[in-house]
Amino acid sequence: MIGRARFAFTMLGFGYAFLYLPLALVMFYSFNESRMVTVWGGFSTKWWSALFANEAMLRAAWLSLRIAAVSATLAAVIGLAAGYALARARNFPGRSLFGSLVIAPMVMPEVVMGISMLLLFVGSERLFGGPDRGFLTITLAHVTFSISFVAIIVQARLADFDRSLEEAAMDLGATPWVTFRTVTLPLIAPTVGSGWLLAFTLSLDDLILTQFVAGAQSQTLPMRVYSSVRLGVDPQINVLATVVVMVAACALVLSGWLTRRKA
Amino acid sequence: MSEPIVRIEGLAKRYGPVVAVDEVDLEIERGELFALLGGSGCGKTTLLRMLAGFETPDAGRVLIDGQDMTGVPPHLRPVNMMFQSYALFPHMTVADNVGYGLRREGVARAETDRRVVEALEQVRLADLARRRPSQLSGGQRQRVALARALVKRPKLLLLDEPLAALDRKLREGTRFELVRLQEELGLTFVMVTHDQDEAMSMASRMAVMDAGRIVQVGSPHEVYERPASRFVADFIGIANILPAAEGRWLALRPEKIVLSTARPDTAHAVAGQIIDIAYEGGRSLHRVALDDGSVMMVATANIARTPDGSFRRGETIWLGWAADAGHPLDT
Amino acid sequence: MRAVIALPFVWLGVFFLLPFALVLAIALGTNAPDSVPPVELGFSLKNFTLLFTDDLYLAAWLTSLRIAATSTIVTLLLGYPMAYAIARAAPERRPLLLMLVVLPFWTSFLIRVYAWMGLLDENGLLNQFLRWSGLAANPTTILGTDWAILLGIVYAYLPFMVLPLYATLEKLDTGLLEAAADLGARPIAAFLTITLPLSLPGVVAGCLLVFIPAVGEFVIPDLLGGTQTLMIGKVLWDEFFTNADWPIASAVAICLLVLLVGPIALFQRQQARSLERHR
Repeated sequence: MIGRARFAFTMLGFGYAFLYLPLALVMFYSFNESRMVTVWGGFSTKWWSALFANEAMLRAAWLSLRIAAVSATLAAVIGLAAGYALARARNFPGRSLFGSLVIAPMVMPEVVMGISMLLLFVGSERLFGGPDRGFLTITLAHVTFSISFVAIIVQARLADFDRSLEEAAMDLGATPWVTFRTVTLPLIAPTVGSGWLLAFTLSLDDLILTQFVAGAQSQTLPMRVYSSVRLGVDPQINVLATVVVMVAACALVLSGWLTRRKA
Repeated sequence: MSEPIVRIEGLAKRYGPVVAVDEVDLEIERGELFALLGGSGCGKTTLLRMLAGFETPDAGRVLIDGQDMTGVPPHLRPVNMMFQSYALFPHMTVADNVGYGLRREGVARAETDRRVVEALEQVRLADLARRRPSQLSGGQRQRVALARALVKRPKLLLLDEPLAALDRKLREGTRFELVRLQEELGLTFVMVTHDQDEAMSMASRMAVMDAGRIVQVGSPHEVYERPASRFVADFIGIANILPAAEGRWLALRPEKIVLSTARPDTAHAVAGQIIDIAYEGGRSLHRVALDDGSVMMVATANIARTPDGSFRRGETIWLGWAADAGHPLDT
Repeated sequence: MRAVIALPFVWLGVFFLLPFALVLAIALGTNAPDSVPPVELGFSLKNFTLLFTDDLYLAAWLTSLRIAATSTIVTLLLGYPMAYAIARAAPERRPLLLMLVVLPFWTSFLIRVYAWMGLLDENGLLNQFLRWSGLAANPTTILGTDWAILLGIVYAYLPFMVLPLYATLEKLDTGLLEAAADLGARPIAAFLTITLPLSLPGVVAGCLLVFIPAVGEFVIPDLLGGTQTLMIGKVLWDEFFTNADWPIASAVAICLLVLLVGPIALFQRQQARSLERHR
C-alpha cells in the first residue's frame, strides 16, 4: 500500500515536471536578449516591447477576444439549455439523438468539424448570399463546439441538484419559470460561470476550426501564432505564451473560487 | 358535519410494473392532524406528493375544499408542504426563505415582512431571520421549513416525515410543538411517517397503508385496540394472533395478559414456560412457549425498582386474560 | 421545456449534423479547380476508392491509428498513477493538485505544442543539455520524428486522461481496500482485484478522450512531426488548403467520421451511464 502510493506520488511529481518544464522554459526564454531562442544571450525585455508594438498581433488578439466573449455567452445560454434538457427531460422524441449531438462535438476531430462547417457556410452563401466569412462564421463555429462543454458540466451539476428545492419553490407558488429564475439558476450560476470561462478559453485558443471558416480577411490570434510558429521558434511567441499562462492561471483561480463558493 | 377538506377518489399511480398507489379513497376532515403510516414503499409518500401536485395520478382525483385538483400544477394548489430534507433555499436568508411564497403571491412588501416575523415568532426563530440555512442547527432548519410552509396559511399543510431528520431527544419535544401549532392555528395537517409512535402520539386520525392500499383508517386508539386485520395488528405495536373459531383470529396485545405463578382466575388461562425476557426499562417483554408449541408475548410494567417479584427465564408460569381482552379479526 | 430542448437541438442540428450531409455530398463530387467553390457535384465513389487504394492514404490511416493508440497507452500509464496519487492525497490538498493538472489545459494548445519545438530542435534545449552533461555527444534530433508526435500528444492530452480517472478513483471507498486486505489480499492483489476494475469506467473514458481526437490530430504532427510522417488529419488539411481538393478532403473526413463513430458512441454511452449512476 505504502510502496504503491509512493510510486504514484513519484509519478505525480514527474507528471508535473513534464507538464510545466516546457512552459517554464518558454516563459524563461521570453526574457532572452538573443534572437536565437535556444541560446541564452542575457536578460532583456525587448521581445515584450516588440510584442506589444506588434500591430498585427494586437489586432488579431482583439478580434479573438471579441469572438471569445460573444461565442462564450451564446454557448453558455445554449449549453445551459442543453444541459438542463439532458438532466431534466427524461423522455422526448429524439432524446438519444439529442444526447449524441450534445456530446459528439467534444471529441470530434476538429479537422472534420472544420471542413463540415465551412461547407455549410459555403452552401448558405450560395443559397442565401451569406453570411460573409469572418467574425460571424467564426463565432457560430465556436459556439457549436463549446455548447458540449457547457452542457456536460451543467448536466453534471444538475444531476446532484436537490430536486426538492425546486419542488419547494413550486409548492410555495412559483411557476416553473420563476422557480428556475429564483432557485435553480442562482444555485447553478457558478457552474454556468465556469462553463462560460471554459467556452471563452476554448474559443480564444481554437486554430483549426477557425482556419477553415475564417475567410480571407479575418485573422485570429491562434492563426497569427500558427503562421509565425510554422517558420520556427519566435521570441515574441514566448512572450505571448508567458502572458497566456498568466491569464490562464488567473482564470483558473477565479473559476475554482466560483465553484467552491457554490455551497 | 361540514364538507371534508380533502376528498380522494379512486386515486391510483403506477411506475412501470410497480403499483405505488392502488385505488385509494380517503376523506380528511377540516382541522385534523392526519397521519399516513406505513413501511417504506407502501405508497404513502406518493399519495402525499399527489396531494401537492408533484405526481400526476393515473386514475382517480383529488378534491381540496371541494375543488377538483386534476391538472392543477403545484404552484396553484392551496396546499404547502414541509419537505423531509426541508429543502431550504441555501442562497437565501431565513427571512427570505419564509417570505418566498408570499412574494410569489405578490403580497405587499410591508405585509410580507410582517407575516414573516409573525411566522418566525410562531416557531420561535425571530432572532435568526438574517442567518443562512447553513448556519442553523437541524432543529432550527426544521422550524424554518415549518414557518415557510405555514406563512401562506394553506388550506392543507403536508408534512413529509417531519421529524425523521432530528435526533431522538429533539424529536419528542417537536412532536408536542407541531401538535400545539396545529391546534393554535386550526389548520389541517397531513403527515407521512414510517414511525408508528409518531403517528400514534400526534395524529387525531390515521391511515395505515400497505402495498399501495389503505388498510385501516381510524383514531390511534381504534387502530391499536381494534385493528382491522392481522396485518394492522402486527404492524402497529406487538400482537399475539391466536386462532379462533370458524377460521377467524384474535389479536391480543401483550399488556392485556397477566402473568402469575398460580392459575389465575380469568376467563382464559394457559400455562407456559418463559424462554426469553427483553428488559426495556419501563416494561419487560416475555416470550412464553405454550404447551402446544406456540409462542406468546407478554408485557409487564416494571413498577418496582427492585427485581423482586419479576419472572425468570425458564420459569413455568400462567398466562391469563379477560374475555374482552382480545379483538376478533376476520382477515 | 419544449423551447429549452428546441434551442440546442435546432442549433446542433443545423450547425453540427446538417453539415455532415454536405460533406458527404461533396465527397461524392469531383474536383473542379476552375470553379468557385472548386467542386462539381455528382455521384462518384472514386474519391473513396482512391482513399483505399493509394498507398499514401493507407499509410496515413495506419500511422494515425498507430500513433494515437500508442500515445493513448503512454498517457494512461503516466496518467493513472498521477490520478491515483491525487485521489490518495489529503482531501484539502486535492483541489490544488488537480488544478495543477488542469492549468495547462486552460493555456493555449498551440503554445503548449510550440513549447516543445524549442526543446526538441536539433540545437534545442534537450540536445544542449545532453551534450553539456556528456550523456550523448551527438544526440539525434527528436523533432520531426514520430517520437516527437507521440510526446506532443501525451503532453497535450494528459489532463483529459487524469480528470476522468481521478473522478472514478476519488469515489472509490477506501473501506473496500481495507476489506480486501482484511480478507488476505496483498496490496498488489487488492489493487488488481478492487481498484483497477472499479476505475475501469474512468480508464475507458480517459482513453477515448485521448484516442478519438488524437486520430484526427493536425497541429501536433504539423509542428512536431516530420515531412515523412503523415497523419490523416494533416492529409485532410493539406488536401484542403494546399491542393484545394475539397472532394478528397471531404472523403477523408467522412472516413474519419465512420472510423470514429464507434468510439464516440461508446464514449457517449459511458458518459450517460456515469451520470445515471450519479443520480
